[in-house]
Amino acid sequence: MLTISTGNNAVAAAVRQANPAVVAAYPITPQTEIVEQIANYVTNGSLKSKYIPVESEHSAMAACIGASITGVRTFTATSSHGLLYMHEMVNWAAGARLPIVMANVNRALGPGWNVWAEHTDALQARDTGWLQVYVSTVQEAYDATLMAFRIAEDRRVYLPVMINLDGFALSHISQQLEESQAGDFIPPLVLDHAISTDAPAGYGCMTSSADYFRIRYDIERSMRDSVQVIQETEAAFAERFGRKYSWTEDYRCEDAEVLILAMGTLGKEAEVAVDILRSEGIKAGSMRVRWIRPFPQLDLKGRELVVIDRNYSFGFGGILATSIRAKTGEECYNVIAGLGGQEVTYDDIAGFVRNRRIGEEFWFGVDA
Amino acid sequence: MYEIRLHSRGGQGGVTAAKLMALASFRDGKYATAAPFYGAERRGAPIVSFIRIDDKPIKIYSQIHNPDLIVVLDPSIIDLVNVFEGLKPDGKVLINAPEIPEKARGYQVRYVDLTGIALRTNLVVAGSPILNTPVIGALAKMGLFSRESAAAAIRETFSDERNLKAALMAYEELV
Repeated sequence: MLTISTGNNAVAAAVRQANPAVVAAYPITPQTEIVEQIANYVTNGSLKSKYIPVESEHSAMAACIGASITGVRTFTATSSHGLLYMHEMVNWAAGARLPIVMANVNRALGPGWNVWAEHTDALQARDTGWLQVYVSTVQEAYDATLMAFRIAEDRRVYLPVMINLDGFALSHISQQLEESQAGDFIPPLVLDHAISTDAPAGYGCMTSSADYFRIRYDIERSMRDSVQVIQETEAAFAERFGRKYSWTEDYRCEDAEVLILAMGTLGKEAEVAVDILRSEGIKAGSMRVRWIRPFPQLDLKGRELVVIDRNYSFGFGGILATSIRAKTGEECYNVIAGLGGQEVTYDDIAGFVRNRRIGEEFWFGVDA
Repeated sequence: MYEIRLHSRGGQGGVTAAKLMALASFRDGKYATAAPFYGAERRGAPIVSFIRIDDKPIKIYSQIHNPDLIVVLDPSIIDLVNVFEGLKPDGKVLINAPEIPEKARGYQVRYVDLTGIALRTNLVVAGSPILNTPVIGALAKMGLFSRESAAAAIRETFSDERNLKAALMAYEELV
């Protein structure tokens, strides 16, 4: 069905298609609408999930872990301080190899108190063993949520997946949405290491260094294997529903001499900047980075790079820019912009490209 | 692309009005986005919403700085903020008022008493007149979208027939 939806409601609609056995969540601005809508579905009977209204985000993830470990599908959603509060359990979910799916509505961290878009919240969880994808439209929020269940639950992965959408900018905007019927696109979950009363086993017992080391190595092997699973899932999705996704969304990149790399809604608005720059004779392209874990292989040789980070690692740099430098060896012009929901227009993005100084870092609105 | 900025007060239904505008445009076969701009405001504080309508997919998430149309759901806001800021030279204004407010003179203004229509149709919730469905009727009359698409958007969103009735009254009474 083709309709108009917010980003939050699109995530909830996709969760209804995936039909998890358990949803445990705690509401937080700007994620609240996801939780409210799922609660509505459960109340009106259109979603058969067991909905557990917990007293905190830490408990939300703990409840998902407890349910997931029995081999059933689970979902939760959070944002910002909620994600930080559940951080211990976020690590546990990946370490226990549980295919939990979580939507995180990206929001700045206090103080000062700020409810608007920024990616630092999710990026602080980038070393936990979760797969992370960043979306830029209401449709993509829906599609990525559907695919997240299939990717997480694949035997070659068995790792949790986080779908990230920009607070308010995407969570609250209304755009068109095709609510595709998932059908058997997401196969039933079979968790090989599920525990049950018929096969009693323990989790979280003391582990020797040797075993622990092997378990950590196994997480990384699955993270590497997830590359193939993501590609297969996105290909199967395109075949079935006609909408194509990849590691990056490339716009006018083929002959581009300067590339804009960004994540989330800024990465989509960058396409408008590309059209403006092209009309001025600047051969620009936009490469919106979707997956940050696993980090994609990017071919950036021979181009000038303008990397926009809506996040920051204090004492180091923008996280996307430093990741690109580390992975490709290419230098870039690193623009820090949009923190705490700072207004950044397509004209501003075009300006970043016109005034690029490769090798430097620039804080938009602060630096001259 | 046609860009609209909608001014209202928190709790008046401005966010819903913006969604209805996007939905009606969508039912007309256009691409549309509706983005409420949330500040730290609460009920009663002036808020804005941004609506974009185009023939192709819309990739912009930033605010609208030079609107083609400004919609004012609460005329008392005109005394608090410069609602006309950035309006394009040939831009239009729609105000919920029984007559043109003094400060709106000099602009291409259309007006209709949406509050009066809501009260006459008993479209009142928790003591507040509902303005978000009547304004859709007025906008259809201005040609933003068809009368049929306006009615479809309202029917898809609300089951109470008073909403459609009020919208049709605003369609007829727009000055």
